[in-house]
Amino acid sequence: MAKKKGSATFSIPDFTQSPRIDKVGVEERVSRFQKRSIKKEAKMQGLRMALNMIDLTTLEGKDTPGKVKQMCFKAAHLHDVHPGLPTVAAVCVYPSMVATAKKEVEGTGIKVASVSTAFPSGQAPLEVKLMDTKFAVDAGADEIDMVISRGKFLSGEYNFVFDEIAAIKEACGNARLKVILETGELVTLDNVRRASDIAMYAGADFIKTSTGKIQPAATMQVTYTMLEAIRDFKLKTGIQVGMKPAGGISNSKLALHNLVMVNEVLGGEWLTNEWFRFGASSLANDVLMQIMKTETGVYQSSDYFSID
Amino acid sequence: MARLEVLKTYKIYIGGAFPRTESGRYYTPKNAKGEALGNICLSSRKDVRNAVVAARKAFGGWSERAAFNRGQILYRIGEMLEGRKAQFVEELQLQGVSKAKAEKEVGVAVDRLVYYAGWCDKVSQVSGGVNAVASSHFNFSVNEPTGVVGIIADQSTSLIGLVSQIAPVIAGGNSCVVLASEEIPLCAITFAEVLNSSDVPGGVVNILTGSVDEMLKPLATHMDVNAIVYASTDASKLKEIQEYAVDNLKRVRHYSQDWMDADSQGLHFITDLMEIKTTWHPIENIGGATSSY
Amino acid sequence: MAKKNEKINWEYAPAPESTGHINLKEQYNLFIDGKWVKPNSGKYFDSINPANKEKLASVAHANEKDVDKAVKAARKAYDTVWSKMAPSERAKYIYRIARLMQERAREFAVIESLDAGKVIRESRDVDVPLACNHFFYYAGWADKLEYAFPNRKVSSLGVAGQIIPWNFPLLMAAWKIAPALATGNTVVLKPAETTSLTALKLAEIIEESGLPAGVVNIVTGFGDTGAAIVNHNDVDKIAFTGSTAVGKIIQKAIAGTHKKATLELGGKSANIILDDAPLDQAVEGIVNGIFFNQGHVCCAGSRLFVQESVADQVIEKLKHRMNSLIVGDPMDKNTDVGAINSKEQLDVINSYLKIGQAEGATMYQADCSLPKSGYYCRPTLFTDVAQSSRIVQEEIFGPVLTIQTFRTVDEVIQKANNTPYGLAAGVWTDKGSRIFNLTTKLRAGVVWANTYNKFDPTSPFGGYKESGFGREGGLHGLEAYVKLN
Repeated sequence: MAKKKGSATFSIPDFTQSPRIDKVGVEERVSRFQKRSIKKEAKMQGLRMALNMIDLTTLEGKDTPGKVKQMCFKAAHLHDVHPGLPTVAAVCVYPSMVATAKKEVEGTGIKVASVSTAFPSGQAPLEVKLMDTKFAVDAGADEIDMVISRGKFLSGEYNFVFDEIAAIKEACGNARLKVILETGELVTLDNVRRASDIAMYAGADFIKTSTGKIQPAATMQVTYTMLEAIRDFKLKTGIQVGMKPAGGISNSKLALHNLVMVNEVLGGEWLTNEWFRFGASSLANDVLMQIMKTETGVYQSSDYFSID
Repeated sequence: MARLEVLKTYKIYIGGAFPRTESGRYYTPKNAKGEALGNICLSSRKDVRNAVVAARKAFGGWSERAAFNRGQILYRIGEMLEGRKAQFVEELQLQGVSKAKAEKEVGVAVDRLVYYAGWCDKVSQVSGGVNAVASSHFNFSVNEPTGVVGIIADQSTSLIGLVSQIAPVIAGGNSCVVLASEEIPLCAITFAEVLNSSDVPGGVVNILTGSVDEMLKPLATHMDVNAIVYASTDASKLKEIQEYAVDNLKRVRHYSQDWMDADSQGLHFITDLMEIKTTWHPIENIGGATSSY
Repeated sequence: MAKKNEKINWEYAPAPESTGHINLKEQYNLFIDGKWVKPNSGKYFDSINPANKEKLASVAHANEKDVDKAVKAARKAYDTVWSKMAPSERAKYIYRIARLMQERAREFAVIESLDAGKVIRESRDVDVPLACNHFFYYAGWADKLEYAFPNRKVSSLGVAGQIIPWNFPLLMAAWKIAPALATGNTVVLKPAETTSLTALKLAEIIEESGLPAGVVNIVTGFGDTGAAIVNHNDVDKIAFTGSTAVGKIIQKAIAGTHKKATLELGGKSANIILDDAPLDQAVEGIVNGIFFNQGHVCCAGSRLFVQESVADQVIEKLKHRMNSLIVGDPMDKNTDVGAINSKEQLDVINSYLKIGQAEGATMYQADCSLPKSGYYCRPTLFTDVAQSSRIVQEEIFGPVLTIQTFRTVDEVIQKANNTPYGLAAGVWTDKGSRIFNLTTKLRAGVVWANTYNKFDPTSPFGGYKESGFGREGGLHGLEAYVKLN
């Protein structure tokens, strides 16, 4: 899986010196991605990629094994009336649901991702967060989606945030670690960039925008800023880090804009679900409807697409 | 026994010093009664060159002075001129102006300096401003001096024309090289002495006497002069200047009016020798935060 | 799951803008006195699509007699109608033109891209909306001129002769016509010979708007047509946008006449990146500064100055970004860099690429594919250049950037100002006091801080030194078209 941090040598930078971000400039750049016109075979290729990059997610207090089982079935059988469609990349659940999910997706190639570290607030002591993580890993999670301590970050305790991520990474063992920045609480793009740098240097395999519980979530401006951070990190250290925008990407058009952005900022190496994911619950059906519309030429109704 | 009067030697004014023309030449203009006004420097093209070099050197510092400070200095020039009023009246009389008119001319010249002194720190407030662009940018325009200005002063007056042309040019932060009235040059040199004792940095104003015909071409073709003010009425000379100005696209301003007139002053005499600079900067709009309260 | 280190090649399929709804005639006559008239010479020339070298239409070549006819029509309209009309009524005509342009915005954008080779995204999102907005902005000034010039009496000049370039054909026509009409002047306008079509479409809109005959006249042709305007005795004002060389010829030609002039000429503008700049946005600003409109921009940020401590990083990022630019069919909605406007201009650019290499500079070009037919140039940058290199000193007017490094702020200010031009400059830094230090000391008419190549009708545009004189846009743009007492 991801390259071990130890396999490359680099020094930890001063995170107060992370590159500055000009928001208006970012908005202009993003609008250029949004103006790309993706048609015909390029569109079909993009839609299929998007499906295959989804982390199909349920993160609710009322989640039950029953709900999770049904979602897992959907993950492997997106729209069986149309054969040849890819599956999603992973299902994403709370630690208590990992065992159930793991059993359900067995043999499908679909990964099980678990949120952890007192998701979504992260307001727990490190020992609790470590236990939370180990529990999920022991239950079979392939991937861990942790949250950073935003309060500590905003009060300038970058070393605390860094050390916490490094500790969780160690607890993950072979599971890949996605670090959720919760950009809606960091507010500025300067903060997003700095948090991205901290997460990557601390050992993140993926950086992820949001929990889905806070608005705004994965705006293109935020994702763009994180993609630039990933590119700079690769240039500096040689280590490839993945990206997961989560929350708010609910339709095909937004998904395609995101893929265009990945393609143009990072390049084709990132256009696989090994390196790029969408955290979403309702995106899959909209992509499916677009695929069917493109193939049949007829606008679709949600009644024909299962809602699990 | 009567005391022998010490006569004044009229020299030119370059870079805050009073050299004689490098050419060593002089001419002796006479008044209507045929009386000699004095031995006046007949400046050469090399004097023009030296004056432009001095003006360019002075430009940076002068243009970067606080506008308030330039205003103070212009006011100081007015003060010094007022204090030497008698000398100017005497020179004007020698050059053929009646005593009453001479006194009036010096008075108007002082008032004009005070008028432009007051403009220095108000030009950009009136002439510049914030432009309401449609995009998320802050955009504003301010006036900046054009650079080194060549002034062919009004030839029909000795003092008021000269002062009326120099004051707005330096109020805006330019430096200048001035060709004085050829026929009646005395006040120009005495005014240089006023400037020299008024905290005006050397080189901001340089004043040459001599033949306008001879100095016009080296001045108006000089590639380091950014603008020419022509304050006389000879149409063929104006055309000549406009043609000379082409090689580095000098701005050419032509004025012909009665400089004693109260209307012969105004903001536009300053802004005519200024450029408009427009600056853009993005305005960040933090998501979710609004200014309503 | 996809295999590790697999690289997906995702190419965007062609997304051409439809040309079905545009209305182009086979032949265009001159628009004089509200009518379409044949040229006195009987001669026509072809307007070519530089993206594929196909002929779009034939256009009349006006000679001295045609120009005379146009000036007479403009004079008559000035004397009998336009100068006598209430300013508030004048305003409404200009508003009407703006609205009609908006209604046909798509058609304008398509024709502009076909005729000029500029990408449809830019003509659609930049040129045409800005042109419409320019008419809107100046319309509102028509009955408020006394507020623009405190303590002065404002009157119009008479007949304005206007000569515009090929890089922003419709936008430049708007920049010229809108303020002239708002201040009560009448107009004879000549578009550039390679890009006449949108000006002629604008003439159709002017006809449709009911603007009195002769208030705006459009005469197409070459340099001789422009010279006839400049030298016509009954023209009161010359407004020219183009090269510094031609600007000087005009300036000389009108010496000793009563004609008032504004000249918007060349540039070799510095774009300065300091070490604390928001680097990714700065890279975007560099790209926008030099590759916008294929670099056919008088204020293009063609001289890049990067502080040495970040130079390697910026150049690496810039190369990466250049490689993501899509160069090709201007009509494709995904194209970033379109066709060079004409064969002549492509030859000029290519000659500078040779000069740069001969001077020992290191050339880097984006690794994009180019269409087989048509006039194209890869986005290009030169490193290892010096202040004394010709490619650093001379305006290339194409997608060619030179990169110099510097150590201190004073050094870069000196180098940036060390040019006969003074049109624009860019400054990138996170530090406010440093921005103002630089923006104050750079001798240029437009300074973009942490942005580049932004335009707005309210924002005065124009140069210092040999980049011309007078301003276009904003309140200051009015002054070019009025007499003040």
